[in-house]
Order: sequence, then C-alpha cells, then structure tokens
Amino acid sequence: MAISGASTLFDKLWSAHSVCDLGNGEALLYIDRVFLHERTGSIALQSLHSAGYGVRDARRVFCTMDHIVDTFPGRGDKTLMPSGSEFIVATRHETQAADIRLFDVNDPDQGIVHVISPEQGLVLPGLTLVCPDSHTCTQGAIGALAWGIGSSEAEHALATGTLRVRKPKNMRIVVDGTLRPGVTAKDLVLHLIAQFGANGGAGYAVEFAGTAIAQLDVEARFTLCNMAVEFSAFTAVIAPDDKVEAYLAGRDFAPKGEHWREAVEYWRSLRSDAGATFECELHVDAGVIEPVVTWGTSPEQVAGIGGCIPDVHSFTEPHRREAALRALQYQGLQAGEQIADIAVNAAFIGSCTNSRLSDLRAAAEVVKGRRIAHGVRGVVVPGSRRVKKAAEREGLDRIFVDAGFEWRDSGCSMCFYAGGETFGEFQRVISTTNRNFEGRQGPNTRTHLASPATVAASAITGSITSAEMLVASESLIA
Amino acid sequence: MKPFICHTGIAAPLLRRNIDTDAIIPSREMKRVSKRGLGEGLFAAWRYTLPGGREPNPSFVLNGPEYQHTSILLAGDNFGCGSSREHAVWALAEYGIRAVIASGFGAIFHTNCIRNGVLPVRLDESEISALAERVQRDPQNNAVTIDLQQCHIRCGDFTCDFFLEEGAREMLLNGLDPIALTLKQRKAIDSFEQARRKEHAWAFAPLEECVEGVLP
Ligand code: SF4
Repeated sequence: MAISGASTLFDKLWSAHSVCDLGNGEALLYIDRVFLHERTGSIALQSLHSAGYGVRDARRVFCTMDHIVDTFPGRGDKTLMPSGSEFIVATRHETQAADIRLFDVNDPDQGIVHVISPEQGLVLPGLTLVCPDSHTCTQGAIGALAWGIGSSEAEHALATGTLRVRKPKNMRIVVDGTLRPGVTAKDLVLHLIAQFGANGGAGYAVEFAGTAIAQLDVEARFTLCNMAVEFSAFTAVIAPDDKVEAYLAGRDFAPKGEHWREAVEYWRSLRSDAGATFECELHVDAGVIEPVVTWGTSPEQVAGIGGCIPDVHSFTEPHRREAALRALQYQGLQAGEQIADIAVNAAFIGSCTNSRLSDLRAAAEVVKGRRIAHGVRGVVVPGSRRVKKAAEREGLDRIFVDAGFEWRDSGCSMCFYAGGETFGEFQRVISTTNRNFEGRQGPNTRTHLASPATVAASAITGSITSAEMLVASESLIA
Repeated sequence: MKPFICHTGIAAPLLRRNIDTDAIIPSREMKRVSKRGLGEGLFAAWRYTLPGGREPNPSFVLNGPEYQHTSILLAGDNFGCGSSREHAVWALAEYGIRAVIASGFGAIFHTNCIRNGVLPVRLDESEISALAERVQRDPQNNAVTIDLQQCHIRCGDFTCDFFLEEGAREMLLNGLDPIALTLKQRKAIDSFEQARRKEHAWAFAPLEECVEGVLP
C-alpha cells in the first residue's frame, strides 16, 4: 500500500533538483556537477563554443584524460590510437579556454572519470552529476543522482546548468541474505542481469536495497551500480549510510567543518520512506549466487564457473535463441561446453567497474606467490593514479609483476578498443570490464566478463577458473 | 536542427535485438574531434569484410542493391544500447537515416536522436515484423512514410499509429534548439540556484573555496 507523501530515494533526489516542470512528464533538472573526458568532452566543448554558447559555471565542471590516453609507463600525449593525441591536445586546449579543471595525462590525480569523481569527493550524496559516458550511473552507489548523457546533452548542461529530462519509473531490487565467500558485487550484478535480462531495467531508475547491499563496502557498490546501464536502467541509487560518510570524509573536494555536518545531516534523509511506491520490485537471495562469467556477447549471457554453456534450445524465446547462436559463433564456443574447460589467451584487470584498490587487492591475493600460465598475457590497469600509488605502497605491483602481469599507468586502456591497443583477433580475454559486446575489446576479440578474483585465478590456470577452484585444484596436487 | 515533419523513404530491416552503439559505430571509426566524417564508419564491423577495411560485405543488408538509399531502419528491441557516444546518431544521420523504428531504444541513444533530428519510433515487435515482411518483398517499391504530425506510418496497405512523448515531438517537428529554449528560463534557473546555495551551501562551498584558494 502506498502511503501518501511517502517518496522513494530517487523521487527525493529528483524533486530536490527540479527547477520546473516542463509538462509531458519532463522536468528541468538542476545539474550540480558535469564531468567530461577527452573522448567526447573535447567535441562537446568545441561545438558549444562554435554555437556561440559559454559555460555557465566552470567551477562545477571537471575533465579527465582517461579513454584514449596511453597506459604505458612514462606516457605523454602520444597514444597507440591513430590520431589519439588530437583528442588529448584538443581537450587540453578547450578546457583551458573554458577555465575547466583538467586532470591531465600526468596529473597525480588523473584516472578514469568514474573512479576519480568519488575519490576526489567531486561527487557527493544528494548531488546530480552527468557525464557524456554511459557508466556515470556508477556514482549512484553513494546516493548521487548521476547518469550518462550524449554530447548534445553535455553541451546543454554546460551552457544552462540544467537538463530537460523525462522522469523514469521507480524500481527497487532488494538483495537480502549474505554473499558466499568468494562471491563479489560483480557476480551479483551479472547474476541480476542474467536473471532479469539485459533489458530488465529499461525505463526505470533502480534502487538497490536489502541486507546484502548494506553489507557491501562502498567500492563494491560502485561495481554494482556501474553495470546498471548494462541492465538498461536510467541509473541506479543506493541510500547513503555511515560507510559512505566514512568513505567521503576528508576527500579533497568533500565539504569541511560546518558544511560537512550540514551535508551529513541532509544525507541521512536520503532514503526511501516506508510505504513509498515502486512500480516494480524484484527480490534476490544473495546466498544462492556463485562466481559467474559471461560466455556470450551480451551481459545477460552468464553461467556459473562450475557449469556449462547452456543448450541453445533451452531458450524458449526465439530472439534469445538466435542471439545465443550468434554469440557462440562469435565467441568460438559450443553449447554444452564446460566453462572451466575454456582456455584464455589473456586476462585484463581494470576499468571503471573493477580497478579500485579493493579490486586490485582481491586479485593480488589470488596471484600472490603464483605465476601466470604459459602463453597467457596479463594486464593490470589501476583506475586512477591514486589507486596506483596506494597499491604500490602495499606492494601489490610487485605481486602482479612477479606473477608475470604488466603493471600499467591508469586509464580505460583495453576496456574498449579505440583503434589502438587490443589483445588481437580471436584472442579470448577474461576481463573485469563491463561490456562483452562484439568488437568491444578489438575486432573479433572475445571477451568474458568476471570478477577480479576470477580473472586472476584464470590467468594462473590458463582457463576460466574461480579462486576457489584454483585453491582446490592446488590442494589436490599437493 | 533539421525538422522532421513527414518522411518517405526506403526502409531496411536489421531485426537483431540489442544493437549497441559500438556496433552502430565502432570506437575505432571515431577518428577525429568532429561530428562529421562518421557516415562511412556506420556499422563498419558488419558492413565491410575486414576490420578497418572498406570492401563491402555483400551479406550485410545495407549493401544490397535493393536497399540503396535507405533512410529508415527497422530494428529489434533495445536499439542503441550501450555506450553514450552520440557519434552513433551522427553516423546514422550522415549516412542518410532519418528514422529508426524499433520496439525499444537505449535511453541515452533515444535522447541523442531527438537532439539531432533523427526520429526514434517505438512499435510493437509484431508491427515491425509485419512492416519488415512487406518491405522485404520489394524494398525500392515499398517505401515507408512516417508522418510525425499525425504520428502515423504507412507502407502500401500497412498502416499503424505510434506514440512519441509530446516534448520530443515538438522538438523534432520544429527543429528546436533545446539550449536556446532552456536559456529562456534563465531567471527560474538563477533563482533555483540561489535557493539551493542557501539551503545546501555544502554542495557549492568546497569547489568555490578551492578555486579561490589557488587565486593570488
Ligand atoms: S573504463 Fe571502460 S567502461 Fe569505464 S569509462 Fe572507460 S571505456 Fe568506459
């Protein structure tokens, strides 16, 4: 029963930013922060400029170099992407001209936009943040209303400080119970997408709630919300709690002193009221989830690592059956094949999904004292230069390098293929990234999405393996 | 922006679901800091025989002689999901696509279409199959007409209505510039901001103090 006056967290964030109602379900929303990057930001700034518009308030706009920038140590403006440096130089030029704070190639605070915005305290609970990048939904993890937009919308937000947005419906996904040891937020979100479909969130803003969500640390919540767009949701949100407060306290751009106290008091009101209406509510038992991996080219094509690739005839809907057939052909796999028998050529640890310190720690724990399987290429790309430094202070870089991994500078790197670096055609990559679309990591490159621990374990054995299976197989040999 | 009022053109069926923006324009085809020069890269991975090549793949629908001058795409559900790159719409528009008919669209892509004069039309899957079936018989002689004023589609004796949110419909019909439109509300935005500054000073102070901090 809906209680009148009861609002969802999303409704509260929405109405707190609604400048006016535009009719037809649209509102003019106030935008607190705009984040740009060199792949699409340069074009938005250039086009804004040539249309004769200015930036309304450059102090609330930030830009990073993450998408195209090289991740080889000692990098400069040159990248492996043909004409990549054109994007870098244009971005530097445009941000300078507009007085926008840029996290440049070798800035100590540079990193992937979705990693550095909370790391710097640039995004906060209760704020709106937009970025011309679909994974901006990551920031819902701390109770911000954040979503990805196109370049035209970025121009609109820069020029007017607002966006014209149609209000999505409310969905709540309640995840109760406790994740089993070795099962991560990545497994949880892939499980969700598999269960409800890659299109399951279309038209909705999703709130994640429940005891299992409360137990997740803040970095794991970023992983979860990061993939809301792979679920086709407008965005995701999680009510901020004391973990979020502890995470943000003292960050460079977080409020200080009296402002901090006011902020925290407000943040504590950012939760769905009892009796608030959700047009859709889904329930998931965290305890049944196992480590999973994608086998196909959609994030919904998921299997347990102990299982096998499903029989295509098990898909009753014709479009799913066709998609499965096509995916298997692209991936070079057969229905019924054991997941654990699939050999990999490469392992990639990085991206805005899984490149934070906790992710690198989880992977390093698996890798420690072991060696990458012969012939497998392993690459670790920290999500930001701060993460990189923190990892190096703990000696994680040594663990990876000793095991045979490349230890890179921060950026998006081979999460996607911009025309530069790739693992190569028909190479099979187990990857902590978020998209397994055809060609995402390079023409004909085959991607399997998984958690950092699974990617690390698979690099060691040379075939798809969970950390638990790795340990079990070693104790058998010993 | 070019208004969209009524358009008649050749339609091509590309009925897969979940055609993502990486497929519409692979990232490697976004070579310049520009909204132009992208039409050639449209569907590059499917359209050409080799990655990065320009040899047409004869089995790709748009390469068929019967689909020359296609200006309407018929697609599966969730068209334009994935990456927010507006290049996908710029590439479609440059190629000559004026409208995409699908049973669902990626949310960011949908807005990007409206902002660039490309009409996204939602129809039921059964209507799309019926339309595709008719078009496929002879694409060049079964042009599809999309009337945005009446929200109506026809192709021979196939007709159906569609719905587009009123705000988006007005933008397209009139080719409006949303920035100019919003700037008319500058006063409302200013006073909203003032009130917000008062009530939520914490949301502004850290950035403004920091900026002042580095000033001499
Ligand atoms: S890491 Fe990958 S998914 Fe994330 S912003 Fe970069 S390219 Fe996009």
